[in-house]
Amino acid sequence: METAPQFFRHGPGPFVRLFVFALLSCLLIVGDVRFKYFPQLRQAIGVVIFPLQKIAYIPANIYDQVEEFIASFNLLEENIKLRQIYLENREQLLKLASLEAENIHLRNLFGAVQYIETKTRTKAVLAKILYTPRDPFNHKITLNKGSQHHIQLGQAVIDDKGIVGQITQLYPWSSEVTLLTDRDHSVPVQVVRNSLRSVVSGTGKNDQLELRYLSVNTDIQQGDQLVTSGIGGVYPPGIPVATVLRIERDPTGDFAQIISTPVAGVDRNRQVLILSLIQPETHDALEMPKIESGKN
Amino acid sequence: MNPERIKENRSNKDNYFGQDVYIPASNWFIAASLVAALILNFLPLQGDILVFRPDFVAIAIAYWSINHPHKMGMGVAFGMGLMMDVGNTGILGQHALAYCVIVYLTLIFGRRLRLFNSMQQAPQIGLILLIVQIVIVLVAVSGGSALPDGQYFFATVTGTLLWVPGSFLLATLLKQKPDPDAL
Repeated sequence: METAPQFFRHGPGPFVRLFVFALLSCLLIVGDVRFKYFPQLRQAIGVVIFPLQKIAYIPANIYDQVEEFIASFNLLEENIKLRQIYLENREQLLKLASLEAENIHLRNLFGAVQYIETKTRTKAVLAKILYTPRDPFNHKITLNKGSQHHIQLGQAVIDDKGIVGQITQLYPWSSEVTLLTDRDHSVPVQVVRNSLRSVVSGTGKNDQLELRYLSVNTDIQQGDQLVTSGIGGVYPPGIPVATVLRIERDPTGDFAQIISTPVAGVDRNRQVLILSLIQPETHDALEMPKIESGKN
Repeated sequence: MNPERIKENRSNKDNYFGQDVYIPASNWFIAASLVAALILNFLPLQGDILVFRPDFVAIAIAYWSINHPHKMGMGVAFGMGLMMDVGNTGILGQHALAYCVIVYLTLIFGRRLRLFNSMQQAPQIGLILLIVQIVIVLVAVSGGSALPDGQYFFATVTGTLLWVPGSFLLATLLKQKPDPDAL
């Protein structure tokens, strides 16, 4: 090498540069993991990369349109099928309405007023999945609706079968959903069969949820349906979450190991529904019985 | 690299895929290729394809850092990494650190790598991509994630396979451009 290496003419050597940037990255990593700093930085970068994500979505859009075009040939059949499903659902809805009315009536008798009204009537916004992460560490997806579409933090996200997750990060035109399977994510649930209440948590593995801290002799069976209990006020009650897959009862341990699989399929859908937040009035409504019964 | 070596490389027909080190690349071209790589990374893929999805940004950064080290700084790699982190909804700084490691490795081994043609470079790039994935795994594990299974490292294999056509594509695109400073 007779010529001096020009590339390193200015600035410090590669190792020093790596050291500086590694230090910076470590600061960011620790700040992000431990203290959840830098939401603004994340938001700013999110705005910058949004056009790129939009462009990256164009092929999927074209694919969708082609698929729609092909599907339009069977429109009549589909219409008939959908009408049938609509009628079936309609029947259930009518039942729900009458049940709701009955429930309100009964609750009125007990003195708990207007609680149910906020529970079953949630508005929903349709959103498309913009991006699913490339590595198995992130159980999050990006949707194409953001704060500009009046999406709020904490809103529940569902698909046609059940709960998908919860909105945890907002950008102006997109948002991040933490999936049920995320390690740090828990949903208050209820067993349909015997209304046993518990909390189901993600394990960080795909298709595996865990019911923690249920004692060995808990009444729970394989195949039990878990639905949201509505406690905590994030998820509306009664939406399917998971099915119990297997139970290991170790008599020497304190708790049973209960593994369940989520009902909703995130990797199968292109579209999801974002439910509106449950009104904060529920807390007041819960307080109501005492006052009312006091009057009575 | 000395001129004799370049002549030797050019006269050697086996070196068809060999990159021409002295093709100048404008900053715009480099920026455009990096943006294109980001878009490729952001493609909304689902299901089994995800396993094989190579990290296009890592490959683009490695290519420019090997062939134009004075234009591809660590700061740029860091910025690209941050964008990947936000887009990927991961830990902030994860990809940033990994991409800085690419630039570091290519700064050290770049001049040696430039002596090879892209076929011969591929396995060495594969090693760099593997190191990148290991850095990403280490950060994720330190953040509390479980270790991924072996499938995760398929991306390195596809990335290595992509190196030859990728670098060939970039080199051809560069050659087609008339150089305004050629006088």
